[in-house]
Amino acid sequence: MHELAISQAIIDTALRHADGRRLTSVHVRVGSLRQVVPDSLAFYFEIVARDTACEGARLDLEPVAALLRCPDCGDEWDPAPPPLAGHGALPAAGLPPVPSFRCPRCATPGKILRGDELEVEWIEVDEAVGASP
Amino acid sequence: MHRTRIRVAEDALDANETIARANRDDFDRMDVRVVNLMSAPGAGKTTLLERAIQGLDGTRIGVLEGDVQGSLDADRIAHLHVPVTQLNTDPGFGGECHLDANMVRSALPAVKLDEIDLLVIENVGNLVCPAEFKVGEDARAMVSSVAEGDDKPLKYPLMFRTCELILVNKIDLLPHLDVDLDRLVANIESVNPTATVLPVSAKTGEGVEAWRDWLARVGLRAPAAA
Repeated sequence: MHELAISQAIIDTALRHADGRRLTSVHVRVGSLRQVVPDSLAFYFEIVARDTACEGARLDLEPVAALLRCPDCGDEWDPAPPPLAGHGALPAAGLPPVPSFRCPRCATPGKILRGDELEVEWIEVDEAVGASP
Repeated sequence: MHRTRIRVAEDALDANETIARANRDDFDRMDVRVVNLMSAPGAGKTTLLERAIQGLDGTRIGVLEGDVQGSLDADRIAHLHVPVTQLNTDPGFGGECHLDANMVRSALPAVKLDEIDLLVIENVGNLVCPAEFKVGEDARAMVSSVAEGDDKPLKYPLMFRTCELILVNKIDLLPHLDVDLDRLVANIESVNPTATVLPVSAKTGEGVEAWRDWLARVGLRAPAAA
């Protein structure tokens, strides 16, 4: 569901920049915090691209790992996979630790440096031969 | 035929954000604060809204109801004699599972912004897609009912992470469920340490006053700098 709406947004952005030319590739940076499932996105991309200048274009996804920074102590960490030793309350003994947006050192809520991206970085288009100069 | 690479470097949701800012400008101009209220289907958004509206003195509230089809929720709110507008995603928007800025924009001419201080936009019931699309809101609130289980913040972190208020509803059902309220709150806290978490029961009224007070406080906020 989520990936359908995101595919539409990616294709709209790509088409706007293609300016009428046929697209062969769309390169997208996807942060891990966006919870995008790559296979699902590729599936919907193909469907939404039909009958547009994006039809047949390759969707090229570049995963971006999350990175948070503590505004107090400057510590940096990736909330998923979860931080290890020293980190605060686990939900219950024996359960795996959960991802945390609190600093593993001082428990201050972290700021997102990376991982929130959903960026169309570049597109590749076919320049038609014989078109007017 | 040759291929050219064009640098774009644009967030795929930029177009939505631009329209969301235009909505926000309109709200600010009319001095109306806006709450985007989200949850899974059946978590109790409409019932909690009804509860809050009853007894909300001094804040003129209006509601924009987002649904795929029908006006069941809008009809319920209309009984409380507050201005309500129905926005269906079925005709014209392909039955979308969420509201986006453009859908909200299309509904604005029907919303009586000059008669209200606070507009609650009740989003389509869905824990995933609505989190991606800003609609021009000042604040985001969500409802997570205990009947959904205590693991939802870990399964749908984007939604939980982007809301400043999280209402944990249906706590009257806790004796009948294998759900640990402390674990649910700990899981919310792990993905959103700064959220306000309010355990409530729309059924018994427990916690509803705090929810109503939160709405009233948002209604009094100064417009945030864009």
